[in-house]
Amino acid sequence: MTEAAVETGAFTRPVSVTVNGAARSAEVETRTLLVHFLRETLGLTGTHIGCDTTSCGACTVLLDGTPVKSCTVLAVQADGRELTTVEGLAPAGGLSPVQEGFHEEHGLQCGFCTPGMMLTATALLAENPDPSEKEIRWALSGNICRCTGYQNIVKAVQYASAKMREGS
Amino acid sequence: MAATEEIRGVGHSVKRVEDARFIRGRGQYFDDITLPGMLHLEFLRSPFAHARIKSIDASRAQELPGVVAVVTGELLAQHNLAWMPTLSGDTQAVLATDKVRFQGQEVAGVVAETAYIAKDAIELIDVDYEPLPAITSPQQALAKGAPVIRDEKEGQTDNHIYHWEAGDKEATDKAFAEADRVVELDTFYPRCHPAPLECCGCVADVNPATGKATIYMTSQAPHAHRTLFALVAGLPEQKIRIISPDLGGGFGNKVPIYPGYVVATAASLLIGRPVKWVEDRTGNLISTGFARDYHMHGELALKGEKITGLRVRLLSDNGAFFSDAQPTRCKAGLFHIVTGSYDIPAAHVETEGAYTNKAPGGVAYRCSFRVTEASYLIERLVQTAAYEIGADPAEFRRSNFIKPEQFPYSSATGFEYDSGDYGAAMDLALEKLGYEELRREQAEARKEGKLIGIGLASFTEVVGAGHGAEYQIAGLRMNDGAELRIHPTGKAVLKLSVKSQGQGHETTFAQIVAEELGLQPEDIEVQEGDTDNTPYGLGTYASRSTPVSGAATAMVSRRIRSKAKKIAAHLLEASEDDLEWEDGRFSVKGAPEKSTTIQDIAFAAYTNVPEGMEDGLEGVYYYDPPNMTYPFGTYAVVVEIDRGTGAWKVRRVVAVDDCGVRINPMIVEGQIMGGLTEGFGIAAMQLIDFDEDGNCIGANFMDYLLPTAWETPTFELGETVTPSPHHPIGAKGVGESATVGSPAAFVNAVVDALAHAGIRNLEMPVTSDKVWAALQEANLAE
Amino acid sequence: MYPARFEYHAPTSVEEALSILERYGDEAKVLAGGQSLIPLMKLRFASPRALVDINRIQGLDSIQEDNGFLTIGALVRHSDCERSGALRGRFGVLGDAAPQISDPIVRNLGTVVGSLTHADPQGDWGSALLAAGAQLEVIGSGGTRTIGLDELFQGPFTTSLQPTEIATEVQIPDPGPRAGGTYLKLERKVGDFATVGVAVHLSLDDGKVGRAGIALTGVGPRNLRARTAEEALTGAELNDETIKAAARLAAEAAEPRSDHRGSADYKRSVVRVFMERGLRKAAETAQAA
Repeated sequence: MTEAAVETGAFTRPVSVTVNGAARSAEVETRTLLVHFLRETLGLTGTHIGCDTTSCGACTVLLDGTPVKSCTVLAVQADGRELTTVEGLAPAGGLSPVQEGFHEEHGLQCGFCTPGMMLTATALLAENPDPSEKEIRWALSGNICRCTGYQNIVKAVQYASAKMREGS
Repeated sequence: MAATEEIRGVGHSVKRVEDARFIRGRGQYFDDITLPGMLHLEFLRSPFAHARIKSIDASRAQELPGVVAVVTGELLAQHNLAWMPTLSGDTQAVLATDKVRFQGQEVAGVVAETAYIAKDAIELIDVDYEPLPAITSPQQALAKGAPVIRDEKEGQTDNHIYHWEAGDKEATDKAFAEADRVVELDTFYPRCHPAPLECCGCVADVNPATGKATIYMTSQAPHAHRTLFALVAGLPEQKIRIISPDLGGGFGNKVPIYPGYVVATAASLLIGRPVKWVEDRTGNLISTGFARDYHMHGELALKGEKITGLRVRLLSDNGAFFSDAQPTRCKAGLFHIVTGSYDIPAAHVETEGAYTNKAPGGVAYRCSFRVTEASYLIERLVQTAAYEIGADPAEFRRSNFIKPEQFPYSSATGFEYDSGDYGAAMDLALEKLGYEELRREQAEARKEGKLIGIGLASFTEVVGAGHGAEYQIAGLRMNDGAELRIHPTGKAVLKLSVKSQGQGHETTFAQIVAEELGLQPEDIEVQEGDTDNTPYGLGTYASRSTPVSGAATAMVSRRIRSKAKKIAAHLLEASEDDLEWEDGRFSVKGAPEKSTTIQDIAFAAYTNVPEGMEDGLEGVYYYDPPNMTYPFGTYAVVVEIDRGTGAWKVRRVVAVDDCGVRINPMIVEGQIMGGLTEGFGIAAMQLIDFDEDGNCIGANFMDYLLPTAWETPTFELGETVTPSPHHPIGAKGVGESATVGSPAAFVNAVVDALAHAGIRNLEMPVTSDKVWAALQEANLAE
Repeated sequence: MYPARFEYHAPTSVEEALSILERYGDEAKVLAGGQSLIPLMKLRFASPRALVDINRIQGLDSIQEDNGFLTIGALVRHSDCERSGALRGRFGVLGDAAPQISDPIVRNLGTVVGSLTHADPQGDWGSALLAAGAQLEVIGSGGTRTIGLDELFQGPFTTSLQPTEIATEVQIPDPGPRAGGTYLKLERKVGDFATVGVAVHLSLDDGKVGRAGIALTGVGPRNLRARTAEEALTGAELNDETIKAAARLAAEAAEPRSDHRGSADYKRSVVRVFMERGLRKAAETAQAA
């Protein structure tokens, strides 16, 4: 940080992040929300915006592997850190077990909550590979879905859990 | 060609083709679209529910670097765009001119290089308001001396909008005069909101060189919107292209035309650059098409256990502009289906509509055109009547059901129900529930001070508008279409006039073609939403896609099969009469080795047609449904109440639905579970309310509560299948059944837990404090 | 949902953070979890001239037991508390509060200390930590001081913290080996604020209540200590009678308002019911220890 910036404070800042394994950087206004940085600056439109009170979780991304609501994080806070968005879930040429589960179990309808839902589910399974239904519903209680009624989303996560434990 | 692999047509749970892009984050919702030179539109909204606008000073906003234009009602008025017609024959302000008429109404729009700058500029607009008294209920609106909200309308001297009736008043009065007993229920279906996860918005791109307006828009009815844009904005219709891209849910919220679309398009036209309008959640909840807000008074006339009459008085709160999206002649939508599943010989419905200082709307949120309100009323009335006469709620319903042999059934309010077997659906629901055992458990639990309730709802609803002569919106007939073209290599493209918002049309409509033509669903690409490239229609809402466009798809496929048969006869050198069809193949009767596949026929359509026949294998069909369809079912909910807090937990939900033939059972079940969740949310927690000054409480997700995976119960689903006799594939609509039928089941369950102590009614949303008040009243509180 | 412009600083030490705050007087806000502040800024209910992001400062993110205190650092997230074994058993009032804060994703970033300095009268940590007798360690240009939470909370969103001070940790005194507590929260759905929250924290001394901490959420202009209930319990045996009596006192001490979450009478009644349930649970834990 230069002396001048310390003196006056910065209205804009360079931000360097690793997104889905790739280094990305840009100069942004410090007030830019992480979700706008991802969607507008980096062109990763898979992360969605569904509300204005941090209530719905459509904007969920993984920050160093932890689910956060990217509408309530400043882009500058992510400087130097690792982000995973929905675009980074799939291994080359395939689908992650969570993505496959959502498809196989009809865990999505309009698809708008799906990126956030899948990322939260991915983080859950990384911490708890064999969650009970209650644990799944609890972990997903920060992600709103208006279409599915959640039951098939639970099945999707259970599918992924089984697949991952099989080791295939 | 291919070996005999089963054709995955109707009845198969084909996995969705849409998923491929959504699970990769590659959906294309309107806000994912960026065009070169694109500007951003933000709105200044009124803080007052009712106020005169004395002046608007936007000079500071205009000077902010990055601001390109500030649009006010005054500017729009110069282009005759300050007011626009609504789908119900009224007018609605695009931007306020003389007054603001609801909190959150759009007052000015800022167009800027970025949305952040536009929002900064909004803060710099000064509006001088003169507040007026706010009217927040229809009772207040219709009281003598109430201030006139729509004083700008010539001849409008009060806040009354319409009076509407259905049924036979005289016959009904007679039934009531002769009744043994009359059961009454006064209840309010509160204002709620569809709240799809994606808000509304558009990217309006009026090309200054060509004059063509391409509008990417959250629209459930793109063709109707195009025609209305042409009429309102005076743009030639062939110069308007509306593209409804991927939609993040609709539920009726994306049917009306909102000021945002009009201002964005006008701005793009005037500035010569694309303009994007992204609504925020507050704007969505405070100003767009809400649902319900219906005051209902219902009475049942009874002779013994038989319902002999139904009388309903309604008072509708329509907000500041009458903009309901429903068949124009039906001021209360299809509310008059209110006799529901019951054989009621006489019924009369009377309704008044009123203006209030609230957002406009009322017909939305998977309501099937006010059938949610009707179904709620009759199922709550019937439950109340059962308690009053001391009958079991299931048996009382059953004894009044329309019997299978009565179909097609002419209802007392003029509907002809196509088919139904209500007893069978109820039997299955009660069996899955273990009803008898549960009633015993309930009685035992009561002795230990545990309060368990069992709630039922046996709904019949009406969907699939509709027959052109009877069902029109703004004069446009509600017929919908399908255009199908088979390519030389035996693949196909199907273009529809409807528009999915998550219902899976790209998969299910392909299955209809697959069934009719013996192609596999993955050979068929389904396109929707681009008005330049799809046939005309009134769109997707009111569960009408399968009944109308689905029928059109089957019919156009059959037309194509009929031409295919002629080509087959030519290829096989046989007579058409000697051909039989199975699984995509025509064979000569008695000589099955002489056959030709649909793929071969498709190729021949471009290479080897019979003499005199036109090339190609395609068609378009606009379907005029002879009748509506009448899906039905029985839902059962079991709850337990915490006597200390009044909070209730759902222990079980059993849902048996009958929507006739199911094209894709997996998708049908998904629709039902989504609807049950909405029904649960409506019964338990969803409310948009207003204080006496017209301030809206419920304009964000902290106040307007949506159930999460934690509160939402699990669902046990069952089905019966009673095909629609008039639909080409026997299917009925189903998208809204659960939202229509389930709120009453949830409320009936909570009431049932307290009914033994004399409690008869709880008003939605049935929050814990209301239950606690009832527990107090019944001396059951902890 | 676009915040107004602000100057942004990301200091790497407390000293640096303090010197930046000094420069701005009351025009800067500290950013830790941001799960209360950023939402306010997005709706432009708060538009500070500057943000001082303390997330890069080392040494503020641990939960420790040390010198008769359990300490929770300024950058400890709600989710860290949810997962921490240290907040079970005798610190159960904290361990039971943690999972009920907001929703699981917000809990990954929101901080306990941030919650306290935000002082939302419907904030859950305020009650849990008041009941636990906690104090806040605060650093300013004049040095370090501790503020008891009773003194910290002045009113809705108002604390006795100076704008040029930074809260670095919350300190909870060891309740002794035979202690237990819980936090009961009635919410309309996950993520909602409390309709009513009751925090109970008991230390037993020779079979009787040595110290009782009772605090209430959502039934007053700030998190409320139910002192008359605490006094009635102190030195008493825990039985049906004393529990019911304390519950009644706590209900009387509440100052609820009628709103969309329910009438004042309703909320008062829930205080009583939760007191009974909470005291029984706290007693169970404490007696089993």
